[in-house]
This record gives sequence, structure tokens and C-alpha cells, in this order.
Amino acid sequence: MKKNKTVSEKIWQFFCSVKLTVTTLVLLALTSMIGTIILQNGSQSEYVRLYGESFYKIIKVFTFDDMYHAWWFLGLIIILCINLVVCSIERLSTTWKIIFPKKIKFNATRFRKQKNLETFTIKKELATLSSSYENFLLKTIGKVIKEETLDSIILYAEKGRWTRIGVYVVHSSILLLLIGALIGMVFGFKASLNLDEGKTSDTAVIAKSRESVNLGFSIKCNKFDVKFYDTGAPEEFKSNLTIIENGKVSFTKDILVNHPLRYKGINIFQSSYGTAAPDSAHVDIVKLSDKSVTHLSIKIGEEINLPNDMGLFKLEGFLPHFDFRGHNLGEAFIGRITPKDGQSFQIGIPVKFPTFDKMRKGNFAFIVKEFEKKYYTGLQITKDPGVWYVYAGFILMIIGCWITFFMSHESYFIEIQKKQGKTLRVCFSATTNRNQQSLKLKIKKYVVKLKGKQ
Amino acid sequence: MDSSLSLSLATFIYALASIFYIGSFSFKKNTLAKIGFIVLIIGFLFNTGGIILRWIESYQIGYGHAPFANMYESLVFFSWTVAVLYIFVEFKYKESIIGVFASPIVFLAIAYASLSPDISSKITPLIPALKSNWLIAHVIACFLGYAGFAVAFGFSIMYFAKPQNPETKSIFAKLPSWDIIDELTYQMVVFGFLFLTIGIITGAVWANSAWGKYWSWDPKETWSLITWFVYAIFMHLRMMKGWQGRKLALVSIIGFLAVMFTYFGVNFLLSGLHSYG
Ligand code: HEM
Repeated sequence: MKKNKTVSEKIWQFFCSVKLTVTTLVLLALTSMIGTIILQNGSQSEYVRLYGESFYKIIKVFTFDDMYHAWWFLGLIIILCINLVVCSIERLSTTWKIIFPKKIKFNATRFRKQKNLETFTIKKELATLSSSYENFLLKTIGKVIKEETLDSIILYAEKGRWTRIGVYVVHSSILLLLIGALIGMVFGFKASLNLDEGKTSDTAVIAKSRESVNLGFSIKCNKFDVKFYDTGAPEEFKSNLTIIENGKVSFTKDILVNHPLRYKGINIFQSSYGTAAPDSAHVDIVKLSDKSVTHLSIKIGEEINLPNDMGLFKLEGFLPHFDFRGHNLGEAFIGRITPKDGQSFQIGIPVKFPTFDKMRKGNFAFIVKEFEKKYYTGLQITKDPGVWYVYAGFILMIIGCWITFFMSHESYFIEIQKKQGKTLRVCFSATTNRNQQSLKLKIKKYVVKLKGKQ
Repeated sequence: MDSSLSLSLATFIYALASIFYIGSFSFKKNTLAKIGFIVLIIGFLFNTGGIILRWIESYQIGYGHAPFANMYESLVFFSWTVAVLYIFVEFKYKESIIGVFASPIVFLAIAYASLSPDISSKITPLIPALKSNWLIAHVIACFLGYAGFAVAFGFSIMYFAKPQNPETKSIFAKLPSWDIIDELTYQMVVFGFLFLTIGIITGAVWANSAWGKYWSWDPKETWSLITWFVYAIFMHLRMMKGWQGRKLALVSIIGFLAVMFTYFGVNFLLSGLHSYG
């Protein structure tokens, strides 16, 4: 025993303990709760409103507003990784020797002392019984090792030695997952793009930093469609997109929720939609003095002469949510009236309330009869070169868990001893590295079969 | 017969099964437990029928989706998974008395689904994001996981119910031996853990195909990860630190509280992407 450990040995020892694993996992579980309670990635004003000024300072110090990317949270994950690697290195050589032994040996005394040892007697020739048991073991377990003395025969068989590797598969899958996540964090991005029908764009805005990113190709939204259930909830939304590269049309494809478009490592997802500004509207202009109606189709930005040469009217724009004294009146057009001799002023024409403009009590009232409704499609655009590592990690983790939980290294032992006359005494027991209880059940089942081989 | 009748009958029969199990336990009559087992299986058949009928009815209405789309349906399915798991365990280990700790869970989940005023049993249409085959895989895996943990929780209670001293004449002395309880709890945790893992993974793959991000620290995701951590701790304590008995049972109980929070707490207390359990 060495008394004085060097610093590096101490560090190694620190990372080599399962206590550290458990502690880190407990800390991860506890701290992860914080992010589900405190709002993530909100704005300063939201935090101050929700939690107050002084608590906001604490939030900032510990990065609780983006805690899953905070230095201390990543630190915990890194500790977990080092712990995992150090422990695996420490134990792998021993496990390796168990998994790939030069020669398979067994300890007869250990089997004779097993709690699950079953003993019974049979009247039969030693050689015949032993060969029938050997056959049985070979068929149900695997290769049989036989040790003979004058008046006894020991049979040994085992299976699933390799399953001891399962834990390492699980643990390496965790590393693979985290490597994939890291690659995604460094080389990937998540951005969004709202694209009006008919418009084209080659840049998207990164969700977090609000920076724009060039995609290397352009996306044109030809058409957007939304279908509703009779309850009013959206049933399906769909965008027809064309990818344009170097000024040339590459291809056209429909994307739906759950059916994204993947191109050159960039994924384009349908995520939301909204009403886009239309090009024009059909407007009724009612002269209030004699109720005469003039019907016109006006483009946005276009200026027209009012009837009877009473001034100018310009359709300035469109608002999806028109706010009137704190009430949301929905979709509305904005117009500007310039009377013949007077100051120009702005008016709002909500589509759903045709009498609204009448209440202004001007010379004319404007009513939007109809307009061609246009949507914008909300696209989520992501790039994540790490995703394949993550998926590989997923598959390995499931396989590894399966091996670790449901498979085990089982060794079976049968000893047949000659007693007086033709009586043979049979001892049967088994060991496993896991699932003792299910081994007990198996032994009971096998004993019935062994007794049956008279 | 329609789905709601079938499910009401299932609720009623599950209640009956629980009564038989509790009776068998209180009066130390094994035959009552045997009857309870058969009654439980009958309830399970109605439960299964109800789910299938509801599936068919959703197609008849025109919404056409698997019945895993809201809280009501998820609870009905939760009952179903706990029942199927428990039936398997009793079949394999032949320990009928432990049904006392499992059958009430089956009954309570489905009863809560039909009786709670917050939970509507209407068949609702699916929002576009939920229209994916991953939904089915994800929900089934998660609920098998929850079921494993629920049964493990039931068994963990035994550690606190059964007297340490085998001589006691209390009714709890009839419970199976310690090493069987220990093994059963562990088996259920392991089963739950495998399926929770698959559930989280299928959820991640689905999120990646719907939103382009396999993990976004949404509260439900985070809580399922917390639950996963708790049971990972459970396994390391058992395998590497040799924990067992009441200490380990306590970890399993904490784990189940995390499951409950993931299932209900997140829906009722926090906001996020998941619209149901
Ligand atoms: C969450 C991340 C995890 C960490 C950081 C971790 C870490 C560790 C460490 C350090 C050990 C001891 C060293 C060794 O035997 O190699 C260990 C052992 C073990 N871990 Fe994990 N582990 C994690 C997840 C898992 C999972 C998900 C499983 C489930 C299959 C698992 C199953 C095991 C088993 C069965 C052992 C005992 C190994 C043996 O019997 O030799 N671990 N783990």
C-alpha cells in the first residue's frame, strides 16, 4: 500500500468513484428542475415583471435564463463524461479478461455451495446419464466442459459471457450522444424564416442570436395552404416551395408538418403560418350625402381620385391585427385621405366591421368588400451535422440496455456421483451475474427435465 | 357496444378486482386473490375492447387517429399498460397476493379519467404536429415505461408494509419473501427504464422530424430526463453500491413521484409543447 499519492493519482481516484456518478446525477436531476420553473430565454423586461429586479440579478449571475447552456450545467455534464471514461478505463482490463479468458475455468466448490443447488437421486448407468445430460446442456446452454474421476462426472456449460460488455455499450452511447450534441452546438444552427406567398429568400434569422444566416440557396414559397377541422382547429398546413440555386430552379416540393424538406444538410420544416399583406383590395366608397357607391379595386400604395373630385385616397397598407383603443379588430387596411383643400389624415378600415368607417362621419365611408387573402409560411430552418452521432447513440443505448437488463452470463453445473449399487446422486446448480430470481425459476424448470431423463 | 360503455364496464370490473385482492389480503384467503386475478383479466378485456372501439369510432367521425391523443385516452391506456404488465408478472411469478399493490393503480387511473371534471372524454381531432407514426411508438413506449415504474412503486410499498420480523402475525406477513420482492421491484424498474429510454428516444426522433430539433428542453422533455436520471441513480446504487431493501425502495418511490410529475404536474402546472400525457 502506497501512502503518499501524487496529485494526478488523487484526481484519478476522484473521477474513478461511483459516488461521484451518483452525486453528479443527483445534481443534474435537481438543477434541471430550475429551467422548467424559471422562464427560459425571455427578455429582461419579462424577467423583471415576473420575478422582480433583485431576483433578476441572481438569474443573470447563474445564467438561470438559459440554464441548460450555463457554464455550471455544462460543467456537470463534463464531470459526468470524465467520470464515465475514467471508470471504464479502470475496469475495462478486468472485464476484458473475464469476457475473453484464455481458458474457461470453473470453481466446483463454489457451485456446490450455491443456494440454488438441487440434489436428487436416479437409478441409472453413470455413462448413459452423463451423456444424456451432456446432450441436454449442449442443446439448451452451449459448449460443455467435462471433468471425470473414477466415480463421478462433472459437467459445466455457460452462455452469455459476452453480455458483460452491455454496460460499456450503454456508457459509450452516452458519450456518443454528447459528442453529437456538441457537434450540433458548434457547427449547426436553428433559424426561422417567414416567407410570403410568391416571395423568395436566401437568408434566415437565427433564433437565439437574431443574426441572419445565408443558406447557400434561395427558397421561394409558391403557395401556402391550410385546412381546418369543423372545430376550427387547423388540420394540416402545407407549403409548396421551390429551391433556387445560382439563379436556376433546382426543384419544387411540398412540405407539411412532420414532412420536412432536407437539402444539402439543411432541413426546412413547416412550423407556423400567418396572414401576409395582400397586393390589393376591392373597396366600396360610399358618399354619405346621397348614399351613392363607387366600387374600385385599389392596389396597396396606389393613390386614386375620390369621386366628384373631392380629393385623393391612398391605400397605404395592411395590418393583420388592427388595434383600436385597445381592442383588436382583426385584419384591416390602412388608408390616407387628402381632402381637396385640407390636411391629410389616416383611417383604418377593418375588414370584419363594414360600418366602422361610417362612424368617422366624413364625406365618404370606406368598406373593404373583399381582398385576395395571402398567407406567409413560417419555416423553421435548421442545420445539425451532429444528428447522426446522436442517432447512433440512441441505437447503441437501446441495444446496450437490452443486453444489460435482459441478458446475463449464466453458468450451469451438474455433478453426478456414484452411490451404492446403481443409484446416482445428481447435484445441479447455476450462477449468473444478474437476474438471480429468474435463474431460480429456470433451475426449477431444468430440474424437472433432468429428472425426467431416466 | 360503444367505447364509453366498454370503458365504464372496465372501470367497474377493475374496482371489483381490487376489492377481491384487498379482501384476499385482509382475510388471508388465497382463493379470493385467484378470483381477483380472473376478474382483473376480464376488466382488461373490456379495457382493450374500449381502446379498439374508440380507435374505430375516431375513424367513423372522420378524425381517424390512434386513441393516444389527449389526457383521457392516455389515462385509459395507462391503466391498460399497468394491467398487462401486472398480469404478466402474476403469470410468471405466481405470487397473487402482490396484486393488492398493483390492481388499485389500474383502477385509480381509469377511474380518474372518467370522473375528473378537468378531463374530457370527447374524441378530438389531431393538430398537424401530432400526425406522425412516431406518436404511436412514442406514446406506447412512454406508457410501458410509466407502467413499469407504477408497478415497481406498488411493490416498493411492500417494503414499508411487510414487518421486518417474520414471526409477526400481521396480515402483511403473508407477503412474499424479501428476495422475491427485491427482484420483482428491480425487474419492474428495469422494464420501465428500458421503455422510458425508448420513449425519450422516439420522442426525440419525432421532434427532429417535426421541428428540426431533437431536444429543446421543453418542460415535459426535461422532466422525463429527470425521471430517467432518478432511475439511473437507482440502478447504480443497486449494482455498484449494493443498496437494497427500504433505502432502495425509497429511491424507487422518489422515481415514481418524478413520473407522476412528468405525467400530470407538467400538464397542469407548467406550459410547453405537450398537450397531453
Ligand atoms: C447517465 C449517465 C451514466 C453515467 C455517468 C454512468 C456512470 C457509471 C459509472 C462511472 C459506473 C462504474 C464504472 C464501471 O463499471 O464502468 C457505472 C456502472 C454501471 N452502469 Fe452506468 N452510467 C450512466 C448511465 C447508465 C445507464 C443508462 C445504465 C443502464 C443500462 C447504466 C448501467 C450501469 C451498470 C449496469 C453498471 C455496473 C457495471 C458492472 O456491473 O460492472 N449506466 N456507470
